Amino acid sequence: MAIHHLESVFFREKVAEALEDQTLRGALQNATGLFRQRRLAATASLSDWEKLRDQARAIKAETLTHLDHYLPEFVAKAESNGIKVHWARDHQEACQVISQLVSEKQARRIVKSKSMTTEEIGLNHVLETDGAEPIETDLGEWIIQLAGETPSHIIVPAIHKTKAQIADLFVDQLSIEPTQDAEELTKAARRILRHHFAQADMGISGVNFAIAETGSILILENEGNARMSTSLPKVHLAVMGLEKILPRLADLEVFLRLLPRSGTGQHLTSYQSILSGPKRNPDQEGPEELHLLILDNGRSAILAEEITRQSLACIRCGACLNACPVYQQIGGHAYGSVYPGPIGAIITPQLAGLSETKNLPYASSLCGACRDVCPVKIDIPEILLHLRAKSVEAHENGKEAKGFRMWAWINRSRFRFVWAHRLARLGGRIFMKNGQPPQWLQRRAPVLGAWAKHRQVPTLAKRSFREIWKKELSRKQP
Amino acid sequence: MKVSLFVTCLVDQLWPSAGVAAVEVLRRAGCQVEFDPEQTCCGQPAFNSGYREEARKVARHFLNVMTKSSAEAIVSPSGSCVAMVHHLPKLFEGTPDHGAAVEVAERTFELGSFLVKRLGIEDLGAQYAGRLSWHDSCHGLRELGIYEEPRRLLRRVQGVELIELPTHDSCCGFGGTFSVKHSDISVAMLDYKLQALQDQNVDALVGADVSCLMQIRSRLQRRGSKVQTFHLAEILASRG
Repeated sequence: MAIHHLESVFFREKVAEALEDQTLRGALQNATGLFRQRRLAATASLSDWEKLRDQARAIKAETLTHLDHYLPEFVAKAESNGIKVHWARDHQEACQVISQLVSEKQARRIVKSKSMTTEEIGLNHVLETDGAEPIETDLGEWIIQLAGETPSHIIVPAIHKTKAQIADLFVDQLSIEPTQDAEELTKAARRILRHHFAQADMGISGVNFAIAETGSILILENEGNARMSTSLPKVHLAVMGLEKILPRLADLEVFLRLLPRSGTGQHLTSYQSILSGPKRNPDQEGPEELHLLILDNGRSAILAEEITRQSLACIRCGACLNACPVYQQIGGHAYGSVYPGPIGAIITPQLAGLSETKNLPYASSLCGACRDVCPVKIDIPEILLHLRAKSVEAHENGKEAKGFRMWAWINRSRFRFVWAHRLARLGGRIFMKNGQPPQWLQRRAPVLGAWAKHRQVPTLAKRSFREIWKKELSRKQP
Repeated sequence: MKVSLFVTCLVDQLWPSAGVAAVEVLRRAGCQVEFDPEQTCCGQPAFNSGYREEARKVARHFLNVMTKSSAEAIVSPSGSCVAMVHHLPKLFEGTPDHGAAVEVAERTFELGSFLVKRLGIEDLGAQYAGRLSWHDSCHGLRELGIYEEPRRLLRRVQGVELIELPTHDSCCGFGGTFSVKHSDISVAMLDYKLQALQDQNVDALVGADVSCLMQIRSRLQRRGSKVQTFHLAEILASRG
């Protein structure tokens, strides 16, 4: 199990870089603010929003608890629809299966519609190594592909880029006439992408929902590029995590109302494609072959534990990213994972292991804004806390652990509590100058230094509450 | 009503005026207030950092102290610590302390919501002249669902002009050890929250958690700002 291009070990360095970048922070503040407003307006238009969230959570919980039933049901139906189903235990196996398919079909030009799962397995990189030419056709994904970057948001991959930066990129990479006009830029993208669609040997897409009852897959989008990618080339390959199952077609009534509203603040996306197999006779439109790769890559381990299972209910709407005050400041790249933000901070460590990602569960103030906006009510703070506890068990940080053991010892007795604070007060009186600890003390006590870097250090009160209570308040009981 | 004050370690040692004011306000509301000096901390710092065993040790001490009290309600001037007390039944699931955790959690309330929801009191006869802005602390707002109560209380304070900041419910960036583990992000979050302060000409920010207030005050002091920070109880106890 692994995530392609995982760089979460460099979280601190990436955060420092992001906080320095005022252009990035301006772009993030504008974009996340806009999406938050749109989401609020869209959810306010439904009187039964909270009920829908409960329904969605219940459907997902039932599906995940009985995935051993629904997944085979889906696969059997999909196969009887003529979909060729492939399985992959991890990202390597997934890439091998796809490489083999691409070489069998002699596909060179491949159009891709947006898929986080293919980002997770690093598919473009593998396809390029194989000599194929994958082209991202979602405008945002294409922009970051041209820029040689990774997505920084689940549904708005180029959220970190300003219009001016995109204009420069297009002029540089596509040899178009210099322009800052969004419509002109989009027209140029459309012209070039149309050419790619017409030429493509294969289309690769993700999957939003897979319906067990009918064996169909559903793809939501706004640009028409997913419909083109999945219908023009002779071969269509869809890639999905094994958690994407919904039991019944009727369940879409709930999820189609939740997902677009939570993600982009739309009442519905411009296109919804339900694909139930390849074309059945030569006169029909659509691909001759429809392949579906179902990926585990650590998901079955998440499924096994009851507390973590809810992580798999995620429908990748991105609302938690827009709501997160940490994400708003540092953006997606800082997380060093294709899954950034609050949901990324719980999914990345679970998929890739804590040893390389232990920064991520701590990259949160536990404010809970993510939980409030999550359309499937994932308790992200609860899982962050669970992962922190696992991290403590596995990689006990010597100094910090010692500190907390000492803290627990002090706080188990009134006597020790009072004396510890008396000593701290005395220390403060001796060493602190105008709310500032001296440099040598900041170096010896990095916690103090980290606080004092941007803030005055609060001094302990001259008289604690308990002293005031004892001397004054307890006697004044009316 | 007999009420036991869970003052919290931070109020006890860093912001005792909030505790003194809480006692004053509760007495004004007709409560008989008791305080057990055996109390220390609820265990939240360790719990939030992943140290479950240490959290349980300290929380067990807390439960031992609180179960001794026969008070009808345990009231605390902190939404965050009350939210932690409400987590205790889960933390002690399957242990002999589970029953005590449930019993204590059931009668533990945040001060403002206790006054409004339990006692039905909004007007405490307080006076304070100034433009105040309410800071919704995350645990009070999102775990305990406290939103209207402090606003109702503040609106009844004579002389107060209540200003809603557009960032009233944005996190202040404290987050316990987060504030020092990721101090740059922590302060970036706070600065975003405080941006709106300048335009609104606010005299003071008021909140119900001295952890947030300490974060906010320390930053305002460093920036040389004149904006003050108060605990809700301090405003409610104020007579002008």
